[in-house]
Amino acid sequence: MPLLFNLYWEFFKVGLFAIGGGMATFPFLAKLAVKSGWYTQQELINMIAISESTPGPIGVNMSTYVGFHTAGVAGALISTLGLVTPSIIVILIVAQFLKKFGESKYVKAVMYGLRAASAGLIAAAGLTVAWMVLLNQEALHAQDFSHALNFKALCVAVIIFFLTKKYKKVHPIVFLGLAAVVGVLGHFAV
Amino acid sequence: MPLLLELFLVFAKIGSITFGGGYAMLPFLQREVVEARHWATNDELTDYYAVGQCTPGIIAVNTATFIGAKLAGNIGGIVATLGVVFPSFVIISLIAAFLTNFAELAVVKNAFAGIRICVCILILNAVLKLLKGAVVDKLTGALFIIVIGISAFTNVSPATTVVVAGIIGLLAKKMRGDL
Repeated sequence: MPLLFNLYWEFFKVGLFAIGGGMATFPFLAKLAVKSGWYTQQELINMIAISESTPGPIGVNMSTYVGFHTAGVAGALISTLGLVTPSIIVILIVAQFLKKFGESKYVKAVMYGLRAASAGLIAAAGLTVAWMVLLNQEALHAQDFSHALNFKALCVAVIIFFLTKKYKKVHPIVFLGLAAVVGVLGHFAV
Repeated sequence: MPLLLELFLVFAKIGSITFGGGYAMLPFLQREVVEARHWATNDELTDYYAVGQCTPGIIAVNTATFIGAKLAGNIGGIVATLGVVFPSFVIISLIAAFLTNFAELAVVKNAFAGIRICVCILILNAVLKLLKGAVVDKLTGALFIIVIGISAFTNVSPATTVVVAGIIGLLAKKMRGDL
């Protein structure tokens, strides 16, 4: 029972403070991984890929996955409910005076600072992912810096980056599928 | 069909066909909610999206709550929201159950090792896209950099960071006489 309660509470907080949709939940979940030990950073990165490749809002998918991973179907249900509870409460209140809220100078001023912070949080979480994926963790541990860079991964990353820039209309699922094939053919899991 | 059931089903349908949420959902909302059912106008949808971006939570969820509440009060808001998250809940639970059983297979491990590289790039692209609207002057540029530093090297919670950044935005606008 305490686990389910904790799941609800932690995802309630994510739902309350992750503002701007999409990847905004990611930095919160990355910190939660460290704090709770419910899942690893690597599992979280896998979750992002799965969320991007399945229908539905990414934040909801990620919380369902984390919940399921931690406490089965009940966990998935509780995490998702926790995530959407703050939205429902806030929106039902805001719906009473929608126009005023949208045009409020004060809301705009808060968002002016908040957007930059949200982008910064996602960037920092992204750097952690890059650190894990593009650097050779075992060489780093052995302080063998000449082999620290995972060249194979870096090359794939650069190629995928240019592909996503060249084919902007192509859905991310295509690039994820491509990367999966490369991973299997090149035996990327060391 | 009772309105609440229809609300649930329409939003479940929208939740099950949109990949990525947020903006990807807009065309489906326009078709199902505006054109087919006249539950809201395009202008209202635009307002919901604008407000959904500056209120907590997932934009898709916020928009569903708005439309449900408009049609059938608070209970409508809750039903529409449960509808939009229902497909994710089913699909992701199935995938999670599957992956728990197959995660140790070499082919799954290799595939995910490749996929994680792609995720790096997807996050990078998301940040680049956000930067255009987020970093608009020197102050927001500095905030962006400082937040990266704080988040990467300290244990300050993202919630605290977000709240403090909101207050800084408010104070900065106040000092410039915009408020």
